[in-house]
Amino acid sequence: MNKHILRRLLPYVWRYWPYLLGSVVGAIASVLCFLLLPVLVGRAIDYILGVGQVDFIAVGRLLQIFVLAALGKALFQWAMFTCTRYLSAKVGQAVRRDAYGRISEAPLSAIDGHPHGDLVSRLVNDAEAVADGVLSALSSLLPGAVTVLCTMVLMFTLDVRIALVVIIATPVSILPARFIAGRTRKYFRAQSEVQGRMGAYVNEMVTNGAQVAAMACEGASQADFDALNERFFRSNVKAVFYSSLANPMTRFVNAMIYLAVGVLGALAVTAGGITVGSLSAFLAYAHQYTRPFNEATAVLTQIQAAGASAERLFAVIDRPPETADAADAKSPDSCKGLVELKDVSFAYAPHRPVIRDVNLTARPGTHVALVGPTGSGKTTLINLLMRFYETDSGTISVDGVPVTQIARPALRRMSGMVLQDSWICRATVAENIAYGRPDAVRAEIEAAAKAASAHSFILGLPEGYDTVISGDSGLSAGQKQLISIARIFLTKPDMLLLDEATSSLDTRTELLLGTALARFMEGRTSFVVAHRLATIRGADWILVLDHGEVAEAGTHADLLARGGLYARLYHSQFGVLET
Amino acid sequence: MQQIKQSLRGHTDKLILAPLFKLLEAIFELMVPLIIARIINVGIAAGDTGFILVQGGWLLGLAVLGILAAVIGQHYAAQAAADVGRVLRSRLWARTMALSYEQAEAAGRGKLIHLITGDVTQIQHGLNMLLRLGVRVPLLAVGSVVMALWLNPRIGLIFLVTVIALGLSLWLVIRRILPGFGEIQAEQDELSRLGREHLAGVRVIRAFNRQASEAKAFDRVATGLTRKLMRVGRMIALLPPLASLFIHGAVLGIVWLGARHTYAGLSNPGEIIALVSYMGITLLSIMVAVHLTIIFTRALASMRRVEAVLELTPSIVDGPGAVFDADAPVLEFDGVSFAYHMGARSALADISFTLRAGETLGVIGGTGSGKTTLAGLILRFTDAAAGEVRVGGAAVGAYTLRDLRGRLGYVPQKAALFTGSVAHNLRMAAPDAAEEELWAALEIAQAAEFVRALPEGIDTEISQGGVSLSGGQRQRLNIARAIVRRPAMLVLDDASSALDYITDAALGRALRDWAEGTAVVLISQRAASLRLADRILVLEDGAAVGLGTHGELIERCAVYREICRSQGLCS
Repeated sequence: MNKHILRRLLPYVWRYWPYLLGSVVGAIASVLCFLLLPVLVGRAIDYILGVGQVDFIAVGRLLQIFVLAALGKALFQWAMFTCTRYLSAKVGQAVRRDAYGRISEAPLSAIDGHPHGDLVSRLVNDAEAVADGVLSALSSLLPGAVTVLCTMVLMFTLDVRIALVVIIATPVSILPARFIAGRTRKYFRAQSEVQGRMGAYVNEMVTNGAQVAAMACEGASQADFDALNERFFRSNVKAVFYSSLANPMTRFVNAMIYLAVGVLGALAVTAGGITVGSLSAFLAYAHQYTRPFNEATAVLTQIQAAGASAERLFAVIDRPPETADAADAKSPDSCKGLVELKDVSFAYAPHRPVIRDVNLTARPGTHVALVGPTGSGKTTLINLLMRFYETDSGTISVDGVPVTQIARPALRRMSGMVLQDSWICRATVAENIAYGRPDAVRAEIEAAAKAASAHSFILGLPEGYDTVISGDSGLSAGQKQLISIARIFLTKPDMLLLDEATSSLDTRTELLLGTALARFMEGRTSFVVAHRLATIRGADWILVLDHGEVAEAGTHADLLARGGLYARLYHSQFGVLET
Repeated sequence: MQQIKQSLRGHTDKLILAPLFKLLEAIFELMVPLIIARIINVGIAAGDTGFILVQGGWLLGLAVLGILAAVIGQHYAAQAAADVGRVLRSRLWARTMALSYEQAEAAGRGKLIHLITGDVTQIQHGLNMLLRLGVRVPLLAVGSVVMALWLNPRIGLIFLVTVIALGLSLWLVIRRILPGFGEIQAEQDELSRLGREHLAGVRVIRAFNRQASEAKAFDRVATGLTRKLMRVGRMIALLPPLASLFIHGAVLGIVWLGARHTYAGLSNPGEIIALVSYMGITLLSIMVAVHLTIIFTRALASMRRVEAVLELTPSIVDGPGAVFDADAPVLEFDGVSFAYHMGARSALADISFTLRAGETLGVIGGTGSGKTTLAGLILRFTDAAAGEVRVGGAAVGAYTLRDLRGRLGYVPQKAALFTGSVAHNLRMAAPDAAEEELWAALEIAQAAEFVRALPEGIDTEISQGGVSLSGGQRQRLNIARAIVRRPAMLVLDDASSALDYITDAALGRALRDWAEGTAVVLISQRAASLRLADRILVLEDGAAVGLGTHGELIERCAVYREICRSQGLCS
């Protein structure tokens, strides 16, 4: 993990300093108590010499201290683990909250251009990994370091020569661990590469089950899958094997150190250098001393993973937010609806303009239809009108005020938008309809639903308006569109932006809704995108877009008479097979 | 667990050898404290340096034998676990692919994916741990107790009491922790769901200025998760101190009893040291056992889920095989009815029509009228409840699925592209197609122009399901894929819904020129696209309310007339 990430993470840890303090103090105190125990046992054994030669008073005194130390150890260890777990959960939560905050302030380009699954995985899994990293650093690395330092000191006080042997043996014991860790990493990397491919393959084949079945290539797909499965097996078996060597290897190294201490210690005892009790303490320390080193490999891997996760999260947190509204931006409550576009150009990616020099004036209350082949820039124009994206050049103004001078919330409050892909959040039908006006009362909600021809199907739901729905709860695309339309019937905005808002309705519902929608649109400046030309014939002004430019503009009759792109689009729809 | 057991077959040797070698290692390990005790009691007592060195040699031998046994044991365990994982994945895949459309939907496609990619890994991990530690840990736990009892039966009793008391109290805590894991997982799933929901609805959220309240909602769930983590964390934090209290209590007992026994000549310092060492082994193995419980609980849950899917019987299976009669009508519906979920509202009722090679049948109707069900019956995604669907003179159920579907070209509304080049995608249904055939299909599907404009033309790699292509482009590639295999019948289910009308019209013309000799079922919401079909079937609520040419239907069929009027096709 690089220093930069650590520096970014520390403030989050500091924020919960009482827990940090508890965890550090707990770690040090519990290790000290713990290391005292073998000394006490060792010294007690020194008072147990043989038959009839036991100093019960001394043993009893030592064991009393032993009880205190054991209780202290348990208590401090409990404090350390509790504080660390709390701290890690809090840090994970804080990082997650900041990342979410940044995403909700991010310009739409950052959200559209980033796979959503990946963003969510950062919010959930990476934040979790950071928390786990903090947890292992504090509950494993910190006590480990304290243990190593203290045992080293204690062993030196017991016997310098044996202590030296143990300390020299340490680097040697780390070598096999590193070899194994290297191998393990290599094969795990190979494994996760295949795993990624296999996951993607399974995902697209299973998600598109109908297509796959129709292609009747299941035989081939079994062979394809088995080939991937075989590759996975080959790296998997090695990864599993090498990673499972870590523990036995650790035990082997421990055994060697134990053996060295045992034999050298015994020789020292016979030579009169140390006591049998000290030997017993030594044997215990030999175990304690090597353990942190062995654990460190696993812990460091986890901390490295946490570092990578933290990096991904900070990448989100460091994203520049959407340019803030100007300090002197206006927040009008309503508008007349005079919308003007002057030489508006826009590109999602540099040098690939999607909108070029579009000019348009929509007088208050007029209806503008946006028409054109797929990819001509109709939806982009809606995005610009809502200020989801900012124009690269040119200005859009409402009632003569450039939209950049209007606070976004105010602009959006005045504009009612319905998109082709309806979005339903998991909440009751009533809450979904009242999404733009959470304070609306039930009567208002029902009135909006009735106007949007949604009332009857809503009553058919198990709990009517109180039925909890979500994006995948079984509502048809048409029903979802009706709910989206009911939302703006409730908010009654001054302007309307309808992007294929009725595309999923069946013919009858569309006819039913059509009248209500037409009445609602009266007096509201509206921009309507639709493939069905029949629905736009009645527009006051038709803007025909082609490759981001205004190809033609005018009324239906004008454009038909002109015989240009609009006329061709129109005839292609109503005379598809005659030509 | 029948299915899982089957996957274990052929691994009997590894399943025995792995624990056997782990057993050996554990036995070697248990002997170490004994030797240390001998060093102290015999070697030191007698001041016999030679004896100490010989015992040291024994220790070295045990360590080397131990690591050898361990490496062999781990090898067999890894082999067995990885291989069982491989077999399970392969079998799950085969079963998933064999499930009918409805079964896959009912089981949940996301869940099926997770079974193959996630659950099998858990099972594999569980098996690996079982082989490695399933024998070792109990042996070490029981073994250290037995050794202690053998060394000194009276002091050894402390072991027995400690192990039982500790095991019980740990179990009590863990029983309260385990459901917590499930709750944490549920909270995380909810958080992911909410995150996805917010990202998908980012425009609506911003349009209605709801960022702040949605952030609050996210924070509420996140805080809930944090609380659960802290609650479970509090209990987990209890485990190590709890264990250490028991163990140190036991050590206290060993030393005190040891002192008294030594005084009475019933024990000696070496024995006490050995007993303390065994206590260490006991502690370690109990802590590992705790960890194992968690792994096994997860593996068992995964096993049950995998088992449930492996036990599903595919509801749509091969017929005995049938001969496609080129002279018979390509497609016949003979009084076909279909009901969703046994007895609920009929999705199709008594549909009959005949379609010959070279003819086009248009199908039109509102959402929920049964159009897609009709396509599904031809492809045998579902089977009719009554009546018969015949292809080439034989009932669809008589063909093998591969033979039947191999004769059909099917394009649903939702286009699917797979990782690989454009050419790979086109060849998926017709592996032997030459490049010219691919281009010919692209031309008909009105896709040649944009494919040529792609960075590497037909060899351009498609990633993430074709996110870089527009919806219309994806649909055209799907149509081209269906054409490449030169099917006897083409079933287009709203397959050009994302195309603009000019392109759609051009596609319609090209298809008509190409389709001589091929039957076409053209399902669409656009009346204009169907106008020149030989016959148009009008569906409403699953019933055929009209069947005839455009002209005839305009005359006779009120529903059709209404559709056409709403789309501006007639006044």
